[in-house]
Amino acid sequence: MEMQVLAFYAFSAIAVGSSILLVSIGNMARALFLFFIVLFSVAGLYVFALADFVAITQILVYVGGVLVLMLFAFMLSSRELLNQLQNGTSQFLALPAWQALFIAVSFLAVLVYTAIHIGTAEPGWITAAKEADATIRPMDNTIQHIGAQLMTHYLLPFEVISVLLMMALIGAAHLTRKEGGT
Amino acid sequence: MITLTHFLVVGACLFSAGLYAVLARRNAVLVLVGIELMINAAILNLVAFSRYDKAGYGGQVFALFAIVLAAAGVAVALAIVLNVYKFYKTINPEDIRNLKD
Repeated sequence: MEMQVLAFYAFSAIAVGSSILLVSIGNMARALFLFFIVLFSVAGLYVFALADFVAITQILVYVGGVLVLMLFAFMLSSRELLNQLQNGTSQFLALPAWQALFIAVSFLAVLVYTAIHIGTAEPGWITAAKEADATIRPMDNTIQHIGAQLMTHYLLPFEVISVLLMMALIGAAHLTRKEGGT
Repeated sequence: MITLTHFLVVGACLFSAGLYAVLARRNAVLVLVGIELMINAAILNLVAFSRYDKAGYGGQVFALFAIVLAAAGVAVALAIVLNVYKFYKTINPEDIRNLKD
């Protein structure tokens, strides 16, 4: 088997395994650090899909920003969980809620069925791109193309999303303000 | 050769794990982590399909947009979680019954 395929399987095994452990573990701090591992390995999978810029953005935004925010929220919101962590008496696996497990497993079955059948009946535009040999190659300079597309073809979504990001930041600052101040 | 199906199956597993977290966990921050897992699975699908779109790079550009949206959502949601904790002294979604004071 090729090296590339082996590395892909390793990354996806780490991502899927730690995400399953993440949703079933009882301790919240350990769950957040498992989320860290999931985000890193998913960034590795983006590289295998030839999207290196998205992978770097994932590490910068998620691992650098979102995870630090979540750790802050964890430390500010659950003092009893921190005590539990220090005593080390928490149960390792939380009791699975069987209804949620049933829904998640049946949804997984539907998605995997669809994913397997897309190999035999793939969409027309993918077949056309394969025939015209117009797929992204590992040596392509994708960052330059993404920058040009952002400033030309996708300019309106780009502007809308920057306004929305500013609204979200102002809203978050407004929600966390101290009461009584001006 | 890594085909499209490989990426779609990995994305399906991540999405189902996130769905289970949203449905089963009794902690608002971990429910949020589940939503982030589902968003990551969706971004993985966008990126995997984007390999066949050399002209427009639509998948990768919208993957970037989705990452920004998720970050904005997390900032607002964590602010709400902290306010809820200050008011109710718990972040279990099942104990929170009123929207107003």
